[in-house]
Amino acid sequence: MTFIRECYIVFRRQLRMNLRNPAWVIIGMLQPIMYLFLFGPLLKPIVQQLGVDNEYTFFVPGMLVQLGIFGAFFAGFSLIGEWREGVIEAERVTPASRTALLVGRLIRDLIQLFVQALILVGLGYALGMTGSARGIVFGVLLTMLVGGACAAASNALALTTKSEDVMAPVINMVMMPVLLLSGILLPMTMGPKWLQSVSDWMPFRWVTDAVRTGFSGEFARDPMIYGTAWAAVLFAISLWWGTSTFRKENA
Amino acid sequence: MIHARGLVQTFQSREGKKKTVVRAVDGVDLDVAEGEVVGFLGPNGAGKTTTLRMLTTLLRPTEGTATVAGYDVVRESEQVRRSIGYVSQAGGAFSAARAGDEVVDHGMLYGMKESAAKARGQELFEQLDLDGLWTRMPKNMSGGQRRRLDIVMGLIHDPTLVFLDEPTTGLDPQARANLWEHIADLRRKRGATVFLTTHYLDEADHLSDRIIIIDHGRIVASDTSENLKANVSGDLVDLELSSAADVQSAATRLGSIAEAARSGGDPVEIEGNHVRARVARAGRAVPGLLADLGTAGITLESIEVHRPTLDDVFLTLTGRSLRDAQETTKDDQASDESADHTEQPALAGVGQEK
Repeated sequence: MTFIRECYIVFRRQLRMNLRNPAWVIIGMLQPIMYLFLFGPLLKPIVQQLGVDNEYTFFVPGMLVQLGIFGAFFAGFSLIGEWREGVIEAERVTPASRTALLVGRLIRDLIQLFVQALILVGLGYALGMTGSARGIVFGVLLTMLVGGACAAASNALALTTKSEDVMAPVINMVMMPVLLLSGILLPMTMGPKWLQSVSDWMPFRWVTDAVRTGFSGEFARDPMIYGTAWAAVLFAISLWWGTSTFRKENA
Repeated sequence: MIHARGLVQTFQSREGKKKTVVRAVDGVDLDVAEGEVVGFLGPNGAGKTTTLRMLTTLLRPTEGTATVAGYDVVRESEQVRRSIGYVSQAGGAFSAARAGDEVVDHGMLYGMKESAAKARGQELFEQLDLDGLWTRMPKNMSGGQRRRLDIVMGLIHDPTLVFLDEPTTGLDPQARANLWEHIADLRRKRGATVFLTTHYLDEADHLSDRIIIIDHGRIVASDTSENLKANVSGDLVDLELSSAADVQSAATRLGSIAEAARSGGDPVEIEGNHVRARVARAGRAVPGLLADLGTAGITLESIEVHRPTLDDVFLTLTGRSLRDAQETTKDDQASDESADHTEQPALAGVGQEK
């Protein structure tokens, strides 16, 4: 009970600050929308190859995962500002649970992600996407799990590096291979064999595949199992990492 | 209120590929009684903040034990946190949030009801002269106001023991004097025990009952400011002679009553027409000296007697003046107080160290 209350206090504080300065929220929302309108049409000529009836049925799941990963990756930046002003230290000196200090912030990130996902799915429908309702619910949930993992990792990274200058290049370095090997923009099956084999090692590709097969209503077995398992594992590891940085003696 | 034995904190410091272990705090014993105001004094990098962070449960001691407000800092850290207020160097209120919101949230993290935290916060705002700033953002406050807001946050749950880490660093003299009043009130009006770190001698002198001096991670002295000064050096007697010819004979006479004469050291410093030495209880010794000089026909241009300062105390204890220590430790021990403090532009305080 105390834990939930503490999470709520931290969350409410974060939400209040976000609403006061919504620039990042708006930028975060605009990005996937621009992808939908400016990149989506490029997929139209290859709808056949993608094995779907409408390019957005393929593309919206990819955008969801991208939103979950990249939107959340930047969540940690605001934490560095707070740390620098002594907020984290002030919170750590209260008896509040260290996990609550992290989870309260994650809830903010997840709610933001949820709203963005709804906008994306809504726009997808408007643009002609077809998809199974069950699959879409599953896809959004999986996105939230991955988003939670990335947000927790981002917060942990922020408290470890304590510097935007160190954190930005690290995120960029991680982002490129993730974007290119996850099949977010184009399916990896279009590539040569070796590239496909490499992407088998990319957890986020399985997640993307899982969301996609859910949207299409197929619920293919392998992607469902591997995608869900990877998302759950990543979430567990990140949450542990994030909590331990809040707990750590010299964080 | 505080009992620490053998506290040690080591950090890995990396220079290129070479890793070295730095003992930022190297066996600290501390005792602070209830109701005491203790000044923890030392140059930057001496281990002040690191010690404080161990006592406030933010840093786990590498070795040693400490009980704070009756609880063990490692095993009962949650109870310790409940009992203490801590005002860090960096503050604690976010610059772009409303002051009142930050205070209420902070109180709620201590388990207070929202309404109780708000009432208590507003009461403290009044006591610390922050009336009318409840909805203002800290970034639009003056340095002194921000520090007082930090103190409000530290007091929101009515702790009986308050830790203040360099409370007046970066403030202008007026704001400092004002903050001193409020710090003095912590005990005067609330009966709180106060443990404050500072690298300002006058601050430690002005505020504390007792001063603990730390250098290179070790406690080098712990006593009242009066005793520290009395024990250490005696008063500085500075004679200015009318004629350079008398310098040597005046030096001999001053030397005979000087403090260091007992230990066999060279007691007297000569600089131009000035002759200086440290003399125990100069107020009593000087009339005799003057008579002595008069009989010898030596005339003085002027005489000055300086009571020793804490800087003198520090000099005698460590062989360096606090100001020099500040300069040297800044470079070679910058990393000691953990990366936290050196990276923070807001509190690096480079401007104040001159």
